[in-house]
Amino acid sequence: MIDRHIGFVHALRETGLPVSLAEGLDAAHALRHIDLADRRTLREAYAATLVKRPQHREGFDVLFDLWFPSTTQGPPKHRDDDPEDLRSELAELLRGDPAAPEFSAFAQAMVERFGRVQAGPGRQSWFSYPVIRALSPQTLIAGLLGERGGLPEKLARRRVTTNIAAFEAEVAADVRRRIAEEQGRERITRSAVRPPIDRRDFLRVTKAELAEMRREIHPLARRLATRLSMKHKKGDRGRLDFRRTVRASLQSGGVPLITHLKPRRPHKPELVVLTDASDSVAGFAQFTLLLTFALREQFTKVRAFAFVDTVDEITKYFAPGADVLDAITRMTTEADISRFGRTDYGHVLKTFEERHASVLTPKTSLLILGDARSNYQPPNTETLKRLTEKVRHAYWLNPEPRNQWDTGDSVASGYAAVIPMHECRNVHQLAAFIEDVV
Amino acid sequence: MTWFASPSEAVTRLRQTGYLSDDAIATSVFLAGVLQKPLLAEGPAGVGKTQLAKAIAEATGSDLVRLQCYEGLDEARALYEWNYKKQLLRIQADDDAWDDIFAEEFLLERPLLKAIRSDRPTVLLIDETDKADVEVEGLLLEILSDFQVTIPELGTITAARRPFVVLTSNATRELSEALKRRCLYLHLDYPTPERERDIVLAQVPGIAETVAEQLARTAATLRALELKKSPSIAETVDWAHTLLALGREVLDERTVAETLGVVLKHHSDQQRAAKELGLR
Ligand SMILES: Nc1ncnc2c1ncn2[C@@H]1O[C@H](COP(=O)(O)OP(=O)(O)OP(=O)(O)O)[C@@H](O)[C@H]1O
Ligand SMILES: [Mg+2]
Repeated sequence: MIDRHIGFVHALRETGLPVSLAEGLDAAHALRHIDLADRRTLREAYAATLVKRPQHREGFDVLFDLWFPSTTQGPPKHRDDDPEDLRSELAELLRGDPAAPEFSAFAQAMVERFGRVQAGPGRQSWFSYPVIRALSPQTLIAGLLGERGGLPEKLARRRVTTNIAAFEAEVAADVRRRIAEEQGRERITRSAVRPPIDRRDFLRVTKAELAEMRREIHPLARRLATRLSMKHKKGDRGRLDFRRTVRASLQSGGVPLITHLKPRRPHKPELVVLTDASDSVAGFAQFTLLLTFALREQFTKVRAFAFVDTVDEITKYFAPGADVLDAITRMTTEADISRFGRTDYGHVLKTFEERHASVLTPKTSLLILGDARSNYQPPNTETLKRLTEKVRHAYWLNPEPRNQWDTGDSVASGYAAVIPMHECRNVHQLAAFIEDVV
Repeated sequence: MTWFASPSEAVTRLRQTGYLSDDAIATSVFLAGVLQKPLLAEGPAGVGKTQLAKAIAEATGSDLVRLQCYEGLDEARALYEWNYKKQLLRIQADDDAWDDIFAEEFLLERPLLKAIRSDRPTVLLIDETDKADVEVEGLLLEILSDFQVTIPELGTITAARRPFVVLTSNATRELSEALKRRCLYLHLDYPTPERERDIVLAQVPGIAETVAEQLARTAATLRALELKKSPSIAETVDWAHTLLALGREVLDERTVAETLGVVLKHHSDQQRAAKELGLR
């Protein structure tokens, strides 16, 4: 057990989970108090002592399954039933509780039956896709919905799709377990664990990942707002509230024992956001638009602008109370942000200065979000410089890795000479920017 | 003191107070007891973080001492403070009292000190830690590492028995790494529909099982819509109370449309949900 414990903790660290020495010891202490044969408790004991951020839980579970594979169920029964019968059985399971033991037992039997594939001359390995293809759970949905239309269908659909996802996850976990068994755990550790959601690249996110990221947005917006207002607040610790102090002193014979300070009035900062909405940064743009939207709830005055090769104000689509996904759709169809559809930063900056320069004041913070790829058009760096001189703070967040700046049509360094530009590839870097820079 | 004998005993005893746990809750609560480490419960609003501390206190017959955090909370409010007013009055009455005024009777005990000095089993709930300023974390770290407080005028006070400490956070900001390292961590999130149904059944006596099931499934569907404010467990429970009061036996479109305001507080969320669920 000791060896396995050490190996497991080591593997966690290797995949980027920051486990301190003290936490490793906490886990070891915890093991002394629990029934080690109870795998569910073992998993949670490790999680409670080692996993201190929800984003790390997914990777943790993958590794736990590899290091502490379930042994109780024994080898899965070999199933050679007719595939149609297996599909009916799956359909029945998808109606039920995915936490039931039959559910994972079935997934394992299906991997045994369909998951082995020739992976090269004389080499076999295990895969998920033949299992999913043989059973094609998606085609079962229609038959499982029951009563059509309205609320019952909505609820049934949600249940079935969640359970299908759970089934696919069980299959994937069993495939990893078999690969680890045959080829060694170390081999699969690194490829099996995806980076946690806050480390995934904006420029390569899938739709599902984007949905997951959205959940991180509101806390970030709130933090950004607090940081920007704190900057202002420093050194202004609230003035003496003379009347309250005198009134309180009456109780102590006129001696002002208790001083009352006027509550600090948090300064509500003004923010202007300028967002690249072109396809080359689609994932990033979606994220930043959502961030902009969330910021509107935090700042008194947010003005938002979007651009491709020309720029338009999009604030009105993001009015408080509006629905955010609707807002994005309306913005893309109604706002005048694209003429020829190819990003042109120089032209955008020029147009912005001509039409909207008045929104920039010495009280404003300006945030530009984009990859600085301008299709070899003139960058108009001078214009950007003038814009930054009008405002209190100006920052540029670039979703590309720093080592790609200035390659091809990127004019990142040119702009970075007149505005602080930060690499912002993922939620983690955005949070760090808010924490450290702002 | 043994707080819980095993994770499964924690399940049973929390259950008796009406609190439903799962593997993660039961194991972390059990371990926090045996390892004498603070438990940090983090998650969205209304998923039972505060309630968990209350349930632990009730299940173990302990006192509950609560430190509610807020912006501007300081040592004087969290730990202790001298009662200057009373001290001054004493000195005015008796010029020789200077030596007496730093005594017990002039001490204003705040939650942290209270939990440390108590000789009864105590659950110390440090609620909404993320609302406090970062400096407060330093104070908490100090106290939670050796459970002692030094009051210069009185000396060092060490906990006779360590309280069971539960910190909660809504994660509006990251708590410091140092504080997290010292704690066991429990991420409380929205429950599975199966679990939420059971919570509703436990919290709302008299509700029909089919209604509880529909409520839980509807809540899960609403949460998937990425609303501004997703319904919490607390709101699902309120919803169940409402249906019971209205005497509704099924949760059909009409009933949902009429009672959606109980779970969704923003107008735009209500509109969005009505559209997505095909109400009206
Ligand atoms: N596991 C559970 N078992 C029973 N009831 C629960 C459970 N979880 C939540 N509840 C119900 O939800 C209500 C709200 O929980 P609580 O106030 O503890 O939420 P919270 O997480 O502290 O929220 P906030 O962040 O808003 O303070 C409880 O009063 C209880 O009715
Ligand atoms: Mg609470």
